[in-house]
Amino acid sequence: MNERVNVASHAAPAPLRAPLPIPYGMLAELTHRCPLMCPYCSNPVELDRRNAELDTATWLRVFEEAAKLGVLQVHLSGGEPTARRDLEEMIRHCVKVGLYTNLITAGVGVTPERLQAISDAGIDHVQLSFQGATPEVTDHVSNFKGAHERKLAVAREVRRLGLPLTINSVVHRANIHQIPDFLELALSLGARRIEIAHAQYYGWALRNRGALMPTREQVFKALDVVEEARVRLKGVLTIDAVVPDYYAKYPKACMNGWGRQSLNVTPSGKVLPCHAAEMIPSLDFWNVREHSLAEIWQASPAFNAFRGTDWMPDLCRSCERKEIDWGGCRCQAMAIAGDAAATDPACHKSPLHAHLLALAEADAAADVAEYDYRRFSTPDRAQ
Amino acid sequence: MTAETTSTRLPANGVPKLARGVRLRHDEARGQWVLLAPERVLQPDPVAVEILKRVDGERTIEAIIDDLILAFSVERGRVAADVDAFLAGLAEKGMVEVSS
Repeated sequence: MNERVNVASHAAPAPLRAPLPIPYGMLAELTHRCPLMCPYCSNPVELDRRNAELDTATWLRVFEEAAKLGVLQVHLSGGEPTARRDLEEMIRHCVKVGLYTNLITAGVGVTPERLQAISDAGIDHVQLSFQGATPEVTDHVSNFKGAHERKLAVAREVRRLGLPLTINSVVHRANIHQIPDFLELALSLGARRIEIAHAQYYGWALRNRGALMPTREQVFKALDVVEEARVRLKGVLTIDAVVPDYYAKYPKACMNGWGRQSLNVTPSGKVLPCHAAEMIPSLDFWNVREHSLAEIWQASPAFNAFRGTDWMPDLCRSCERKEIDWGGCRCQAMAIAGDAAATDPACHKSPLHAHLLALAEADAAADVAEYDYRRFSTPDRAQ
Repeated sequence: MTAETTSTRLPANGVPKLARGVRLRHDEARGQWVLLAPERVLQPDPVAVEILKRVDGERTIEAIIDDLILAFSVERGRVAADVDAFLAGLAEKGMVEVSS
């Protein structure tokens, strides 16, 4: 017995596992309810109904656990987060436990009184979506008449309250030509930051890809416009971009690595490594109703499925970019390769890379006119 | 412009404060100070942290410099240049507002 112990203690130490990362950000999807019907919504195709939503007390506990875990910034999103009447209470609690609070809103149905209350509760930053740079495009894409005007009013009110404002714009075939107008809009509203996010094709956007996909020429022109604006507007407007990966050579560093920097809590309490992860059927997501956030971050099968580099196929594991793009996007691998552990087809090394490009070009050429708008499944089918 | 010997960008009697949406806090989980801003987490170096801790919306830039000299017995010219460069940089990014 002793000998065995001695042998073990003199043996070379086992290679240390990389320390578990600490998350910086948490996306809290407070509800899936939303007055808008954007056809590329990042919520899942099967939306959570109101009666499935976490109650106030559970959310407050989750925020407290997030702060203890090391989360610094919480993004209060949805659906439309202001649909939750307890939003201000949540913001106050986040501030109390030291979290930086960011409101991500569609800005429709938000009165000046509500904004005042949200500001008084201590919100740090407001992100306001614009589906277009003009009323026609915003109202059409969101399928909400008058949405654009309401958003303009909310933006002005946010600035009147002295809150920092970011304009969020998702770009696709119907508005990709409006990027210069989006920039002008942001400047005219006093925003210091804009997100130009090319639509990412999961969930609703995958369903609507034929109506959303821009041409290769449009995409490359858009990239040039953004690069030029970055230089011109340095120090005036920060431009953060989400790249269009169907026409790319390298995949995006999705989430900066799975289970590495951030987590996402759904309205019903499931904790996901990214907001689209539910489209991977093999993953087992744990719920905050049954586990603490720290347990989920550390031990849940879904977070460990693609954490680090051990899960990678040889093509990725032998690549010098494996810790740059972290294997790209697992949801895209699922959607295109039918295997969440495959190399992201956006990568030029993937055997499916040419197929992905062909899909994009076919969709762009097909020019589908009608959107399949985001909506709850019919009540008789749901629940 | 007066003919001063140093070319500072901010007035010595100006009062800097962090803009709304910018917060300095200690991050216990990682054992470091962080400056939080919209979609940004900045990790200020030790000198920057000492400056930021004194940006309270009440102290003037001059008072911040005086305080740093007392606390760290460093030479005035150097501190003044560091404080001015650092705060002017943050003011440019809209993260600090300076009122006089």
